[in-house]
Amino acid sequence: MLSIKNLHVKLEDEDKQILKGVDLEVEAGKVHAIMGPNGSGKSTLSYVLSGRDGYEVTDGTAALEGEDLLAMEPEERAAAGLFLAFQYPVEIPGVGNMTFLRTALNAQRKTRGEDEISAGEFLKLIRDKAASLKIDAEMLKRPVNVGFSGGEKKRNEILQMAVLAPKMCILDETDSGLDVDAMKLVADGVNALRDAGRGFLVITHYQRLLDHIQPDVVHIMSDGRIIKTGGPELAIEVEKNGYTDIVGEVA
Amino acid sequence: MAVAQPKQDLTETRLATLDLPQGAGWAREAREAALARVRDMGLPTRRDEYWKYTDPASLTQPAPPRAALFEATDEAPLFSEIDRLRIVFVDGVFDPDQSDDLSLAGVEIERLSDALNKDIHWARDVFGTLEAAGQTPVARPLAALSTAFATDGLVIRATGMAAKPISFVYLHRSETSDAMLHHVVRVEEGAELTILENGPAAARFMKTMEISVADRGAFHHIRAQGRDHERRAATHMFARLGEESAYKSFTLTVNGILTRNEHVIELTGDDAIAHVAGAAMGDGKTIACHHDDTVFVTHDAVNCESRQVFKKVLRNGAEGVFQGKILVKPGAQKTDGYQISQALLLDEEASFQAKPELEIYADDVKCSHGSTTGAIDETALFYLRARGVPRETATDLLVLAFIDEAIQEIEDAGLQDEIRTRLQLWLERRRRG
Repeated sequence: MLSIKNLHVKLEDEDKQILKGVDLEVEAGKVHAIMGPNGSGKSTLSYVLSGRDGYEVTDGTAALEGEDLLAMEPEERAAAGLFLAFQYPVEIPGVGNMTFLRTALNAQRKTRGEDEISAGEFLKLIRDKAASLKIDAEMLKRPVNVGFSGGEKKRNEILQMAVLAPKMCILDETDSGLDVDAMKLVADGVNALRDAGRGFLVITHYQRLLDHIQPDVVHIMSDGRIIKTGGPELAIEVEKNGYTDIVGEVA
Repeated sequence: MAVAQPKQDLTETRLATLDLPQGAGWAREAREAALARVRDMGLPTRRDEYWKYTDPASLTQPAPPRAALFEATDEAPLFSEIDRLRIVFVDGVFDPDQSDDLSLAGVEIERLSDALNKDIHWARDVFGTLEAAGQTPVARPLAALSTAFATDGLVIRATGMAAKPISFVYLHRSETSDAMLHHVVRVEEGAELTILENGPAAARFMKTMEISVADRGAFHHIRAQGRDHERRAATHMFARLGEESAYKSFTLTVNGILTRNEHVIELTGDDAIAHVAGAAMGDGKTIACHHDDTVFVTHDAVNCESRQVFKKVLRNGAEGVFQGKILVKPGAQKTDGYQISQALLLDEEASFQAKPELEIYADDVKCSHGSTTGAIDETALFYLRARGVPRETATDLLVLAFIDEAIQEIEDAGLQDEIRTRLQLWLERRRRG
């Protein structure tokens, strides 16, 4: 599904190498988690994959189902099936949440050569998905993320994911700023989307999210590289002993 | 102060092309007084402080530069869906054949020339009077020019609740037309009137509207200037507001080589409100584009509220100007004055100049003003793109969101939507190239 090979990334404006050779394969139907200390390059990886400005790929490749992601515009990556749930969802005053979602969905369908969804069908789809995330009609009408609490913003990310139904979902620190109840809602939303055709990459600093979203594979990232890969037990080890031991042991 | 020779020459050259129209004695006097004001002030040049950011040369030269006709065939004309009394002007001349009958419950409507021929007419108290009052402290010679020479326009008196909006449609049929209109409006005590304006009007369009709103009267004005990309226009709205009266005006401006819209509003009765808003979009890609909103609000009564909300989106060398002033006279306590002007510049070539001013001579007032110039929010743009919305569509969404605050100043939700739809269609057309 997602195939990253020897990915090297530096900041565009600065001579600072962030990713120093990342190799990663996420298969369809699997949930991979990336854990790592602050500054290890986890979020940079998600930004580079989604096509954010400010980074320069100096070496390596990233492909989604064989298609070169790095050659695509952000909107093309989205249409190809890549979705990034943002660590800090952006507030967009003046753009209604519904308008935003319908515009996004139809833009993706158009790019893929599919027909636009009708207003009625869209309404049915969004009501259905919103209800399970406890997002009410009022929230759907408000401008995108404006005045949303931290938990509401993250739920809104998962709603977008559910409506857009991507093939490959990247969740960047989705647990940050969430209380236990909100985390459970978000995790339930993610788990509902798990299926054989979809891959997940869950980026997190703490293990607690992984209690709710059970990963198949756990990677530890440090200083721009994946230094260790294992099963769910690796996350528990981190929770118990912190990152220092693992980083030390590899170095 | 004597008018400098070059300004005097410019003025006399322009005046030589114009004839003072006939009319009743009072009207003739008003026109002659206006002509004297024009000579006294002289026509504007770039050297005048008030025209520092906008070059009036094409507005003052004897004949207007040619402007191509613009025929919109791909969409219904603006306000088509609105139940209204439609009054058509072709190149600045009233066209009775294309217009509805000038009869509307709650309103009296006459042509300017008819009203000014009558020996006794209520318009005497308004025609040229509000314009003259609006000449201090800042000279507006182009408005005086229209008082002196405009032969057409409408004289409207609302005596009750107008049954529907009056819609002025300005058609442009000649590439060299030079139109000058003067409308006079009186909203009587407790009466209510809405005026809609749209259409290219002429190659050069000078228009003055004087509006007197009596106590507890309400005047609404929604105007759209667009699609006629080669126009040169200077418009003036002079309003005088009585007690507990309301004046609300919104203008949408899209492109145009030169557009200068002035509002001069005097709050003379206690508890009156005046809201002036403008949304402008300029793209200088194929034809130059310059918008200027110049607003002067005078608070001369207690507990009045004024609001100025102006938004401009500019690209490809389009230029925007905002000059807005709130003057609070001695004794105008409890004034609530607000002013915001914001520009979104979509590239490095576009520019925005703002001159916000407050002048306050009362001590118990609340006045604030702000002006911002910014680029598109890259973070929001990326967020939209990351969800699959192409860059151009995402930019348009953000542009519409930015400008919507000005549109929300329109009280009527249906008219808000009408304006929104226009902008959307314009942006889509622009994207198609």
